[in-house]
Amino acid sequence: MAAAVVVKNLRKSYGSSIAVRDVSFEVQAGEIFGLLGPNGAGKTTTIRCLCTLTKPDGGELEVAGVSVLKDPRSARSKLGYIAQEVALDKVLTGRELLNLQAAIYHLPKAIANQRIEFLTSILGLTEYINKKTGGYSGGLQRRLDLAAGLLHQPEVLILDEPTVGLDIESRVVVWDFLRQLKSTGTTILLTSHYLEEVDALADRVGIIDAGKVIATGTPSELKDRLGGERITLRIREFTTSAEADSTKDLLMQLPFVQEAIINANQGNSLNLVVHASDDALSQVQAALKSAGLPVFGIAQSRPSLDDVYLAATGKTLMDAEMATAGSRNLKAEKKQSMKN
Amino acid sequence: MTSTSPKTIADWRPRADRLPQTSAFSDFMQETLGLTTRLFIQLKRRPSTLVAGIVQPLMWLLLFGALFQNIPKDLFGTDYGHFLGAGVIVFTAFVGALNAGLPVMFDREFGFLNRLLVAPLASRYSIVAASAIYIIALTLLQVVAIVGLSALLGAGLPGFSGAAIILLVVLLLVVGVTSLSLGLTFALPGHIELIAVIFVANLPLLFASTALAPLSFMPPWLQMIACLNPLSYAIEPIRYLYINPQWQWSSIILHAPWADVSFGAALLVLTGFALVSLVIIQPLLRRRLA
Ligand SMILES: Nc1ncnc2c1ncn2[C@@H]1O[C@H](COP(=O)(O)OP(=O)(O)OP(=O)(O)O)[C@@H](O)[C@H]1O
Ligand SMILES: [Mg+2]
Repeated sequence: MAAAVVVKNLRKSYGSSIAVRDVSFEVQAGEIFGLLGPNGAGKTTTIRCLCTLTKPDGGELEVAGVSVLKDPRSARSKLGYIAQEVALDKVLTGRELLNLQAAIYHLPKAIANQRIEFLTSILGLTEYINKKTGGYSGGLQRRLDLAAGLLHQPEVLILDEPTVGLDIESRVVVWDFLRQLKSTGTTILLTSHYLEEVDALADRVGIIDAGKVIATGTPSELKDRLGGERITLRIREFTTSAEADSTKDLLMQLPFVQEAIINANQGNSLNLVVHASDDALSQVQAALKSAGLPVFGIAQSRPSLDDVYLAATGKTLMDAEMATAGSRNLKAEKKQSMKN
Repeated sequence: MTSTSPKTIADWRPRADRLPQTSAFSDFMQETLGLTTRLFIQLKRRPSTLVAGIVQPLMWLLLFGALFQNIPKDLFGTDYGHFLGAGVIVFTAFVGALNAGLPVMFDREFGFLNRLLVAPLASRYSIVAASAIYIIALTLLQVVAIVGLSALLGAGLPGFSGAAIILLVVLLLVVGVTSLSLGLTFALPGHIELIAVIFVANLPLLFASTALAPLSFMPPWLQMIACLNPLSYAIEPIRYLYINPQWQWSSIILHAPWADVSFGAALLVLTGFALVSLVIIQPLLRRRLA
């Protein structure tokens, strides 16, 4: 299948701060591709460049076979863009917003009306469509924004954190809708910093960190590539670090244990990386028993996307979020981004 | 989906629809109409803008006009209130157009403008056109009120051709100033800076024009500036046709330090101003990606 989106060696800096260092990935026609990364990884910057809102410093961009940099207008007609922050005109009703949207995409009136009816009903907006958007809840705003982005039936729908800030229920509505949309042949590129979201939705994932794509593949490929399995172990609800240390030493002697990490944030629980085998769990339990140690909780799991991220960057997504949360000046960035 | 409307998601066919081919011109008209409609809906739902917009110039006319009530008549060639009318019309149009960028700036800051920028607009001049149409319509309502009040105050009514000239002048001035304002909106970092520029541009352009006093009252340096100020070229034709119902294209209406300016020449200057403004903002509109 042909690539519906091509991003090749994309670079973008704001002054001295590098937002996108070197991002490359392709989205195949008809798939859902998730760009996963912590706050500040460069997701929005990448998306803005693809959608012709930001001029990159270098690289190649293609949407539905059209070069974004050479023929931006034609690229615009092929893509639908749903921004990270919903921006509606609160004085307009939902329908008036969609009418405006139809006008700027040059849809004939009759076709626009049909599509508005359809999107409104399928997104559960019928009851609200003639009301001013100023009164919409966050979930309704998102859904109207989706309808607006889809009105011109784009070949590629690009969504920047489509469910950030939504309650679980609205999130599931959006997920379902995106899956249905995929079944019609629409290519979907979305960014997220929710592991579950990408795991649940995406056919393929690109993990982005500090302006670089560090891994791409299907979620299970990425996990398999990492190999091994994970055993999470708690001997007591709160284990002392001395006891955790000695337990770690004990378990490291088992031949199939590759690595053991003490997680101080979780009451000194132990995370073991083990060679995949049927009886790893029971052997760990046996070893603990013969050393006279109790077991408060033990579980075995396949690696998660977070483990993929951890292996690639040496930190978990959560840690990465925490680290950047304090260091960004969002207001200044917003100002800056309008200039570019 | 061809002519039947989609019922289930299975009927949603990206690009299966062959939309009728449209020309760039009809696309431009459609997007301009859509954007203009939004501005009028906003106006309808926030009528205070309209009320304030109409009351304000009338206050100008009444209060400022009364300020020089007792000045000898021959000084202004007419009653000061009548003299002022043209200045108030033009200044009202000017202020409206100068502020045209503000809502667009708020759209930009809020992210709404991105909707327009990711759409395949035939031209971003449709954003300029929509703002200009809106301001022209608003200004015309204001002008009707001003002309009406002036008539009540005894200035008489302009004839049919006079009204047409007022319309033309307002149109040219609003197009020129609106495009400059939108150019600034794309160029400046945010609304604070835009408001600062509007604030600073406002009164000096008023004082350094013939809105409040004739050229002959001014020292030579100010005459010079006033004759470089496009506002003077909008004010003088309107003032002239009010005072001289028998105006002609060749009537001299302004004695600039370097030449006498005729009625027709003033309108040409205004046309040039509008065209130059439209052209110089082009790179600013393209700023992100054309
Ligand atoms: N307009 C800007 N001016 C200056 N720096 C910026 C600007 N936009 C982004 N950055 C910086 O570039 C980096 C990437 O930002 P970007 O918004 O693309 O990240 P993101 O992955 O979308 O993050 P989030 O999950 O918070 O939306 C960040 O370090 C950010 O501080
Ligand atoms: Mg982002």
